[in-house]
Amino acid sequence: MSRTGVIICHCGTNIASMVDVEKVAEEIGKIPGVVYSVTNKYTCSEPGQQMIKDAIEEHSLDRIVIGACTPRMHETTFRKMLKGTKINPYMLEIANLREQCAWVHTDKEKATEKAISLVRMSVAKVGSNKPLFTSFIPIHKKALVIGGGIAGIQAALDIADAGHEVTLVEREPSIGGKMVMLDKTFPTLDCSACISTPKMVDVSAHPNITLKTSCEVEAVTGYVGNFEVTIRQKARYVNHDICTGCGLCETKCPSKISDEFNQGIGERKAIYKLFPQAVPAKPVIDAQNCRKLNGSAKCGVCQIVCPLQCIDFEDKDQLITETYGAIVVATGYELIDWTKLYGEYGSGRYADVISGLQFERLVNASGPTEGHILRPSDQKEPKDVVIVKCVGSRDEKKGKSYCSRACCMYGAKHAHQILEKIPGSNVYIFYMDVRTPGKGYEEFYNRTREDGATYIRGRVAKIYKEGDKLICTGEDTLIGKPVTVKADMVILETAMVPARGVEEIVSKLGISMDGDHWVQEAHPKLRPVETQTAGIFLAGTCQGPKDIPDTVAQASAAAVKVCGVFSKEQMETSPMISRVNEEKCCGCEFCVKCCPYSAIAMKEIDGREGNRKIKRMVATVNSGLCQGCGACTAACRTGAIDLLGYTNDQILKEVDALCL
Amino acid sequence: MDDCLNEKSGKNLIKQITRETGVVLHDCYQCGKCSAGCPMAHAMDLMPREVVHYMQLGMMDEVLKSKTIWLCATCHTCVDRCPNDIDIPSLMEKSRQEAKRRGLVAVKEVDRFNDIFMENVKLFGKSQEVILEGLYNVSTGHFIQDMENVPHMLSHKLIGIKPVMIRDRGAVQKIIRKTMKDKKKK
Repeated sequence: MSRTGVIICHCGTNIASMVDVEKVAEEIGKIPGVVYSVTNKYTCSEPGQQMIKDAIEEHSLDRIVIGACTPRMHETTFRKMLKGTKINPYMLEIANLREQCAWVHTDKEKATEKAISLVRMSVAKVGSNKPLFTSFIPIHKKALVIGGGIAGIQAALDIADAGHEVTLVEREPSIGGKMVMLDKTFPTLDCSACISTPKMVDVSAHPNITLKTSCEVEAVTGYVGNFEVTIRQKARYVNHDICTGCGLCETKCPSKISDEFNQGIGERKAIYKLFPQAVPAKPVIDAQNCRKLNGSAKCGVCQIVCPLQCIDFEDKDQLITETYGAIVVATGYELIDWTKLYGEYGSGRYADVISGLQFERLVNASGPTEGHILRPSDQKEPKDVVIVKCVGSRDEKKGKSYCSRACCMYGAKHAHQILEKIPGSNVYIFYMDVRTPGKGYEEFYNRTREDGATYIRGRVAKIYKEGDKLICTGEDTLIGKPVTVKADMVILETAMVPARGVEEIVSKLGISMDGDHWVQEAHPKLRPVETQTAGIFLAGTCQGPKDIPDTVAQASAAAVKVCGVFSKEQMETSPMISRVNEEKCCGCEFCVKCCPYSAIAMKEIDGREGNRKIKRMVATVNSGLCQGCGACTAACRTGAIDLLGYTNDQILKEVDALCL
Repeated sequence: MDDCLNEKSGKNLIKQITRETGVVLHDCYQCGKCSAGCPMAHAMDLMPREVVHYMQLGMMDEVLKSKTIWLCATCHTCVDRCPNDIDIPSLMEKSRQEAKRRGLVAVKEVDRFNDIFMENVKLFGKSQEVILEGLYNVSTGHFIQDMENVPHMLSHKLIGIKPVMIRDRGAVQKIIRKTMKDKKKK
């Protein structure tokens, strides 16, 4: 016979004012097997805990029920307390008498009745509790950072500085991401390249960081502490071990292609460095556009001119598999393709209607115009410039419902840069709201208006061409009148969307996305850099639109989370996970399909059919991956899977206690 | 395309007005607190907020043609409450002067009242209510306007038939002359 001890907590007056706790203790004391039933003013306090410890000794209790606040609040507190006693920490049940009873009822008599029922259920359940023991898994102290933008760079540097090995994977030939494309950063107007390129160099020089550019994550298996990751090293056709980055090949290459780093303004060669400060500072061949590799001509000029014979047209993709303890996802964003969505803005027919990122390249000293703002169509300096905000953002029909957060500020920055660089210019900013929630942001916006930018509240309805002018029509909703601006150039501040391919990465990692395909965090407020999968963390814009300060802060936060995982040699896992009864398992694989953590796999065991020995498949749970959600137990049609701590038997006992 | 913003001609005038009044137009973020508290707003065709916005856009014609600038009572409630300290009454004053110069007076009565008032002050050193009222009513054609108040005001000696003179009329006239001369010089 079990010897159960029950403690009903007053929780000050939180519970006691609505529940007659003495009566509850008295009623519960009558249940067979309950040998100790008392009340306590504050059970979670030090004297309260001591009282339980003393009672365990005095009454030889072997299991405990506490009627108190939600188990989310103090379950861990009481489990810790039980660690110091002869009772296993999992021989404990908590009946929630506060959030689910006292706080939500107004009739004391009925609330007391309900409290008695709740405690009775817990007493029934604790009767079939079994001692559970935590297990340990080893931790492989090496981190993988996916994405080499400023978020990935910052996370990699922080983890590496803490003394752990890091592999930084970037699919482009150079790290740097979007930040290195920008000219200046708001609100301080410091040069983007000047603050990001030193970090890129730090990454390449750091002894703890292995930089893998032109690489993509191919497959991920395993769990926290032990992720097996296969990385595809794409063929570069240039041997980076020998190449010195002299650039001779690039000057001689005859193929010219639209330059994606410069957002299509300007051209690059088929053998190219992404940009002059690229890290690694060595070229790669774009196989699609290389005359020799795509078979359109014999060419091979680069191979002939290369003084060190680095060019290898036979280069192939390679797969590398390594084990990592933690993963940081920093896959970033790209801009929405407005040309497919906004016919009223010309669908890209007008060369002088450009995106914000294209303007960044135009105004950038290392861009195609060497920093002179010249409009793409005729290389003339524009005098009247219109900036349209919220293109694709806050537009549920054509674009995205969300606010992209950074556009108000970089829109103001673009206006400032035009007014500063082109004397006598006029900038008209069409806006819906001006959102400046950041340190020094509102002041920067004020400064832009001081510079002479005209803010017009309203969306631009149409852009069309008249002569060499772009006519922008809209309504100034503050005066309720239609207005037009004859512009020389129009900048569309377009919405941020997740980087292409994020869906594949997310499914390979077994994490989730929201409706707009931003990677889902575990909790929007309290676990913003964690995913639902232990050991996988988020940094930067893959989680949602944000600006550089927020991205860097989040990257450092993710790095700390990784270091937290790496601070232990091995990791304790919760024993409240699923267990398969192999005798009952029919191998239907329903559980495999419904497991949100990819924690269930199939394995072959020896079985028998009549007298015949056969091999059959049964489910097996990976204790490192299982989070104890219980989805499999509900799906299992033979009842072969049980969630330890919440077995089917225990739940039925609770139901019986309530209903019988 | 009458509202093409980069073809607005009012920019120089607005620059002059802001220089003279010391108002920083771009400080206004159009919250509307001025209009909401304005005691004359019910009669205005443009809200005080809109006057500032038109000036921000360089659309000065709309301001000069408006009744609003003539209806402003210069009570300064708007300035007092404005989070950005925009001196709207001064903008209205300068706009009135410019509108009058261009012959764009939208509320003739106010202008007439103002002229008679100034003539009065020039002549007598201070305003003479009876003469002011009489001349105003005759010149605007509103002959019996406010006449019902006359017996009460007379019996309580709030007004009198005989003009009330000040001690040194010459001094006031001198001030007026000097002001007008300074203004012409500008």
